[in-house]
Amino acid sequence: MAPFIRLTALTKKFNDVVAVDDLSLDIDKGDLFCLLGASGCGKSTLLRMLAGFEQPTAGTIEIDGQNMAGVAPADRPVNIMFQNYALFPHMSVAGNVGYGLRRAGMRGAALAERIDALLKLVRLAGYGDRKPKQLSGGQRQRVALARALARQPKLLLLDEPLAALDKKLREDTQFELVDIQERLGTTFMVVTHDQEEAMTLAGRIGIMDNGRLVQVDSPRTLYENPKNRFVADFLGMISFVEGRVTKATSTALVIDSTPPITAAIDQQRGLASQPEKGAQVTLAIRPEKISLSAVATGAVNEIPVIVEDLAYLGVASNYRVKTADGQMFKLQQQQSRRASKPLEWGDAGFIQFDPADVIILP
Amino acid sequence: MPRHLLMLNRITGANGRRLLVAVPLIWLALFFLLPLLKTLQVSFTTAQRSVPPYAPLWGFDDTGFFTNFTLDNYQLLATYWQDYIGPAGNSIKLAFFSTLVCLIFAYPMAWWIARSNAAWRAVLLVLMMLPFWTSSLLRIYALIGLLSPNGFINAMLIWLGIIDTPIRMMQTDFSIYMGMVLTYLPLMILPLYAVMVRLDDDVIEAATDLGASSVGVWWTVILPLTLPGVIAGSLLVFIPAVGEFVIPALLGGPDQLMMGKVLWTEFFRNRDWPVAAAIAMLLLAILTVPIIYARYQDGRDDRDADMPTGAS
Amino acid sequence: MTGRVSLPVICLGILGFGILYVPMTVMILFSFNAGKLVSVWSGFSTKWYASLLTNEQVLNAFGLSLFIAFWAATIATFFGMMIAIAFVRFGNFRGRLALSSLSSAPLVMPEVVTGLSLLLLFIGMESVLGWPAGRGVDTIIIAHATFGMCFAAVVIQARLRDFDRDIEDAAFDLGGRQPFVFFSVTLPVILPAVIAAWLLAFTLSFDDLVIASFVSGPGSSTLPVVVFSKVRLGVTPEINALASIMVGIVAASVIGGAFLMRRRLLKSDHD
Repeated sequence: MAPFIRLTALTKKFNDVVAVDDLSLDIDKGDLFCLLGASGCGKSTLLRMLAGFEQPTAGTIEIDGQNMAGVAPADRPVNIMFQNYALFPHMSVAGNVGYGLRRAGMRGAALAERIDALLKLVRLAGYGDRKPKQLSGGQRQRVALARALARQPKLLLLDEPLAALDKKLREDTQFELVDIQERLGTTFMVVTHDQEEAMTLAGRIGIMDNGRLVQVDSPRTLYENPKNRFVADFLGMISFVEGRVTKATSTALVIDSTPPITAAIDQQRGLASQPEKGAQVTLAIRPEKISLSAVATGAVNEIPVIVEDLAYLGVASNYRVKTADGQMFKLQQQQSRRASKPLEWGDAGFIQFDPADVIILP
Repeated sequence: MPRHLLMLNRITGANGRRLLVAVPLIWLALFFLLPLLKTLQVSFTTAQRSVPPYAPLWGFDDTGFFTNFTLDNYQLLATYWQDYIGPAGNSIKLAFFSTLVCLIFAYPMAWWIARSNAAWRAVLLVLMMLPFWTSSLLRIYALIGLLSPNGFINAMLIWLGIIDTPIRMMQTDFSIYMGMVLTYLPLMILPLYAVMVRLDDDVIEAATDLGASSVGVWWTVILPLTLPGVIAGSLLVFIPAVGEFVIPALLGGPDQLMMGKVLWTEFFRNRDWPVAAAIAMLLLAILTVPIIYARYQDGRDDRDADMPTGAS
Repeated sequence: MTGRVSLPVICLGILGFGILYVPMTVMILFSFNAGKLVSVWSGFSTKWYASLLTNEQVLNAFGLSLFIAFWAATIATFFGMMIAIAFVRFGNFRGRLALSSLSSAPLVMPEVVTGLSLLLLFIGMESVLGWPAGRGVDTIIIAHATFGMCFAAVVIQARLRDFDRDIEDAAFDLGGRQPFVFFSVTLPVILPAVIAAWLLAFTLSFDDLVIASFVSGPGSSTLPVVVFSKVRLGVTPEINALASIMVGIVAASVIGGAFLMRRRLLKSDHD
C-alpha cells in the first residue's frame, strides 16, 4: 500500500537559488513527523509547497493517493498552524475557529456544536466570544491549532509550534500536542529548527540541509546512529576524533590516536563499507557515554586529560577536557552523591568510554 | 520572492489583476495625462472670440486640412519676459526660500514630536495635523487679518504705543513666507517625523559614548540619517509652492508675482487661454527635473518595500 | 514630556506651533466682534453667525461642497485602494511604471496646472462627445476624485505594506478564495487606513479652491470659491465667522476621531 504522504523528487528553484533539491520522503498515516533544520535549509519552502502556496519546479506531492499538482490551498486536505498564529484580529475566537467550517458550508447548530467541540479539545471552552488581542500567547496558539484542525485535514502542518512560548509553557504544550495528535490520529508534520522540540515531539525526524534530506529516522536512531558528520554534529553535543585505521577486524577497529582508541563495529548499524587498515575515519562519542574520574582503572579507551572548562547544570555537569596532543572531548557527568570530589578546572583525570558506544562515521 | 504572485494568479486569474490595474490607469490617463496633452495642444493655438475662446489646432474645412499651429504664445512669453520669466524666477526663489524656512521650523518640531513619549506625541501629532485638515484658504485668510495695515498685529502695536504708524507686512516677501509656512509646514513635518520616529536611540548613545558633542552627534549621525526625510519634505513643499496661486494672490504684491497668479490672471482676466496654457507648460518645464527626482526617490522606496530581491 | 529633547528645540517647536495657531485663534476671536473690524475689539456679539445662517449663497455653497466632497472621496478611496493593492501585491506588473508615475505626479502638480488642463479637457470632450455638457457638479467631482485617489493610494499603500500576509494565507488554507478573502479578512483589518484615506480625500475636496474655480460652472460655486470672492472684497468679521464654522467642523471631527481611536484602543486593553 502506498504511503499516506509521498513526496517524489521534489525540487523548488527561485531564479538560480535551489531551495528544495530533489527531495523524496514517505510519511505514514498517523505519524508525527518532524522536519528539522537550520534557517535557510529549505524547510519553510517545503512546508509552503505542501500547503499549496508554492508550486514545485519539479517533482510530485501525493496525499492519500491524490496528486496535489495544480490544487489550490483551499482545496487541499492540508491545513497549517502558522508560527505567529495569524489569527483574524477582527473575528472572535469562535469566528476564527469556524472560518474553515463556514467555507465548507457548515451553518447553524451543527457549526456551533463543532466549534464547541474544538474549543473543548484545546481546553478553551467558553472563550468563544473573546477577541485574539484579549488572549495570551499560549491561548492564541490553541486557537490557531483548533482552527487548523477544524476541517479534519489529512495532514496538519505546524510551523515552529513551540518557538514563541517560554520554557515552562513549552513543556506543557509539547505533551498536549502529542496527546491531541494521538487522540485524533491526524498526520502531523512539524517544521522546526529546535532540536529539543523535534526530539520530544516526533516519532520520526527528517534532518534537512541545503534543500536536501540528510537522514530520516527515529530520534533515538538519529542520536545514536547518525549517518554522517553533519547529522552527528547537528543533534546534541558530540566529540569527534579523526585518525587512520591501524587495525581492523570484523568486530572492531583501532585508530592511530594517542592512546589508540578502539571502536566496536556493530553489524546491525550497517556501515556502508568496512573501513580497511590505513583508511581515514572519523570517530564520534556522545557526551553521556564518556565517564571522567581522577584515577585510571586500566580499561580500554582510557585517555589522560586535563579539565579545560566545566559548566555546572544542576542535574549534571558539562566538561570540556583536553588530551596531551590537543584533542578535545565534551562529556556530561551526572551529579551523583556517591562520587568522590568532582574534578575542577585544571585538574588532571582520565576519561573512558566503551568501544560499543563509539560511532564510526564515513 | 514573489510568493503571492502565483497565488493570486491561480485564485483571481491574470485577468482580474489586469482589470484592477487597468481601471485606475485608464482613469488617470484620461483625467490627468490627457488634460496635460490638451494643454500642450492649446498652447499652440491663438486666442479668438469664440466658445471656447481659442482656435482649433487642426481641422477640415472646404479647403481641406488646415492648422492653426503657432508659436506666438511662447514668443510672447519670451518677448515680455519680464512679465513672465521674471515671475518664473520669482516663483522659484520664493518657493526655495519658503522651503528653507519651513525646514527650519519643521525640523525641530518633528524632532520634538518624534522624541516625546507616546501620550504626548499623540497630542502633538493631532495638534500639528489639525491646521492641515483645515482649508489653506482659511489659514491664509486668517493671516491677512493679522498682517494687514489695519490688522491685529498693527492694532496691538499701536495700542501698546510701540509704533505710531502701521508697519507694512502685507505684500512683502515676509508675508509670502509666512503664508507658505502656514500652508506647508505640516507637509514638511510629516516625512521628517516618519524618519525621525524610526531613529534608533542606541545609535545616538553610541555616538555620544564615542566622544561626540551634541552638535557633533547631530551633524555626523542624526542629520545623515534624517536626510531622506529632509529631501522628501522639501520636494513635497517646493514643487507645489512654485505654482502657488492663493498665497501670492492674497498676500503678495506686484513684487511677489508668482507663476500661479500670472496663469490665473491670463486665464480669468485676459481670457487668453492659449497664453495661460503656455504658462502652464512653462511651469511644468521648470518643475520637470524636481518632479522626476521626486519620482526617482519614491520609486526607490517603492521597490525596496514591495519587491525585495532574493528568496526569503 | 521627555528629557530627550533639548530646551532650544522645544522653544523653536512652540514657536512653530504658535505660527500655526495664532492667526486662526485671532480670527476665531474676532468672529465674535461686535464691531466691523477684525483688529479692534468692540464687544462680544454673535450677530455675524446669525447673518450667516440666513445667507442663501453661503448655505447653498456649503451643501454643494459637502455633496461634491462626499462623492469625490468615495470614488477616490475606491480607486486608491485598487492602486494600492496593485503596488503592494502585484510585484513588477506590466504598466507599473506608468501607474506609478501617473498616480504620484498629481501629488505635487501645481493646482493651477491641474485645474486649467482639466477644464481644457472637459471642453474638448464636450465638443467631441457632447459630454460633459457644461461644467458643474460632475466635473468638479471628477477633478477632485482624480487627485484624491492619488492621496488615498498613498495612505492605503502604507497600511497594506505592514499587513501580515500570514492571515490571508490562513484564510486561503482554510478554504477561502479571492475575492472573498479580501472582503472577509483583508479589508476589515485595513479598514482604519481606508477610512483615513476617505477623510483625507474628503477634506482635500471640501477645501479645494483653485481646481474648483477652473472646472466649475454657473450655479456650482463651492464654499471656498464663495469665501474667496468675499475675501477679495475685504476682511470682515462675517467671513471670520464662516471660516470659524468651517474650522470648527474640521476640528471637531479630527479631535472626535482621535478620541474614538483612543477609546477603542483603551477599551480592548481592559477587557
